[in-house]
Amino acid sequence: MTSPPPPSGHIARNARLGIVLFVVYVIIYAGFVALAAFAPSVMAREIAGVNVAIVYGLALIVLALVLAIVYMLLCRDDADRAEDVAR
Amino acid sequence: MTYHASSIAVAVFVFFVGIVLGISFYLGSRARSAKGYFAAHGQIGWFVNGVAFAGDYLSAASFLGICGMIAFYGYDGFLYSIGYLAGWIVALFVIAEPIKRLGKYTFADALNAKFNSRGIQVAAAISTLVVSVFYLIPQMVGAGALCTPLLGLPHWAGVVIVGVVVLMIVVTAGMVSTTWVQFIKGSLLVIFCAILTVAILARGFRVTADRASIKPVAATQPSDIPFGGQVVSIGNGDNAVGASTGPLGPVQFLQKINDVRVVQWTAKADAAHPGTTLYTPVEKQAREYMLPGGSSTFKGVRSPKLTDKLDFISLMIALFAGTASLPHILIRYYTVKDAVSARKSTVVGIASIGFFYILTLFLGLGAMTSGRLDPTPAGSNMAAPLLAKTFGELPFALISAIAFTTVLGTVSGLIMAASGAVAHDLMENVFKHHPNENAKVGAAKWTALCVGIVAMALGTLFKDFNVTFLVGWAFNVAASANLPALVMLLFWKRTTKSGITAAIWVGMLSSLAWLLLSGPAYVNIYKLDATRAIAPFSQPGLVTIPLGFIVLVIVSLMTREHAKPH
Repeated sequence: MTSPPPPSGHIARNARLGIVLFVVYVIIYAGFVALAAFAPSVMAREIAGVNVAIVYGLALIVLALVLAIVYMLLCRDDADRAEDVAR
Repeated sequence: MTYHASSIAVAVFVFFVGIVLGISFYLGSRARSAKGYFAAHGQIGWFVNGVAFAGDYLSAASFLGICGMIAFYGYDGFLYSIGYLAGWIVALFVIAEPIKRLGKYTFADALNAKFNSRGIQVAAAISTLVVSVFYLIPQMVGAGALCTPLLGLPHWAGVVIVGVVVLMIVVTAGMVSTTWVQFIKGSLLVIFCAILTVAILARGFRVTADRASIKPVAATQPSDIPFGGQVVSIGNGDNAVGASTGPLGPVQFLQKINDVRVVQWTAKADAAHPGTTLYTPVEKQAREYMLPGGSSTFKGVRSPKLTDKLDFISLMIALFAGTASLPHILIRYYTVKDAVSARKSTVVGIASIGFFYILTLFLGLGAMTSGRLDPTPAGSNMAAPLLAKTFGELPFALISAIAFTTVLGTVSGLIMAASGAVAHDLMENVFKHHPNENAKVGAAKWTALCVGIVAMALGTLFKDFNVTFLVGWAFNVAASANLPALVMLLFWKRTTKSGITAAIWVGMLSSLAWLLLSGPAYVNIYKLDATRAIAPFSQPGLVTIPLGFIVLVIVSLMTREHAKPH
């Protein structure tokens, strides 16, 4: 199999970071889907006059942006760019 | 519901189209090479590309369909907003950077970077075509839905106008002009929706009709059809028409709506009098709309039966997995210069798209309580423009024209994806026909023309579907066909070329077959009873996405020793 050289250094590190953040989001998203499907009474509860369904839904949208910014800040780029050129 | 053509709307729209085409022709006179045509020379800055992601992704379905669905069924439309945005997490954390490193113009390039196999190229190109055409249908339906109120022309005319304008954009400068159209459209859409949301909050809720005046209606002509979304009480005891909560903050808005009482209409053909439709008012507390399960698409979520719930879970998985499998989104990664720009532009995309989806909640609920909902089947796609109309003719004209421009941006991206699949993947890499740059770009333009014509025909055929529902289908097919191949190529070293090829074919064909055998297809396409449908629930993703992964693993293990270097 003619595979490209395995990702190394910053590319691999960034990829691992991406997977960790991805798993965090998947768990929270799965929690939302599970609550909607199996615990609708929880979704109907109100937090400060707004029900859990709305709060959780809005939180999922905001969380996506928060994780995206965290990822962008933690990724290391300089070496990554050099590796791109080298390839 | 009768609509009168608005001359301001026509003027605004002609103005937008004029600008868009002007830019296209200007850029078209400078972009001649294949790299320019397919990937905008790879020189688009990350910020512009990020906003263009929003312009590419926020389709007519997002704008018209979601607002309509929230306006009529409440929370269920917002489920789409959540799922559509969540899909970007997959794009950012898993797909964006590798696909940029591996590919040149199309995602078939990336899939095939390791293997150089014709089988993969063919499968990926066909799946790009199928997904793009599937996604084009709702865009065209959206264009037709807008055309009647905006220009006073029939549905098919809207479809043809969008088709022709988009073909001019794509044929002049390919990805260069497509990018700028998407950038302009993305910015306009987000900014004007934000302004409209501020206007909704500033108005608050107000009583739009007297409960005593709402009686069943027997409608024989469009002008008899009553407006839905009438507010008969805002929960403070004062039910006089015009009574208002005054300006509300975003949180107050979401709190107060629970106390608002809204009247919608159920329509039924009058058996005794052909041609007459009976409209019956249904008054509900808006709180009842604020939970999942109000619409027919998601009603299974409230059913005690597990199989009914699976339909909901399946769609949420398809939306999550589908975004990063959409060819017209993936080709945007080739318009930036490197993986770092790919990442940054995805973050900009998530910010603008996420902000927009939060706005959809307010726009949808604003439409629900606007007193101006069209209760006919095609009316759900009109909820947002009609909401704008309650603020005056100019907002209506602007929002309608922006919605029309919205269709242009997304359709351009889709047609670009399809034309790359044929001219770059099929012609050059599969049939090993290596034309010179001009001929290759020429072939891409001819493909664009053919796909455009097919899309116009289908857009007329499917005009009674809610556009969001159709987009949900496209996500199912994209996720089933492309995601297993993309993910396994990146994360499983034993993946073989046969495994990838088989996974794409099986995922694509199984999800398509499932959709065509599902209840909604029976009702809306074949005009048969939904209970006769063979597919147990309507959204295939839950079954066909894992199926793609399983097929890939099994076939890869079986063909391991054959996967030697060429």
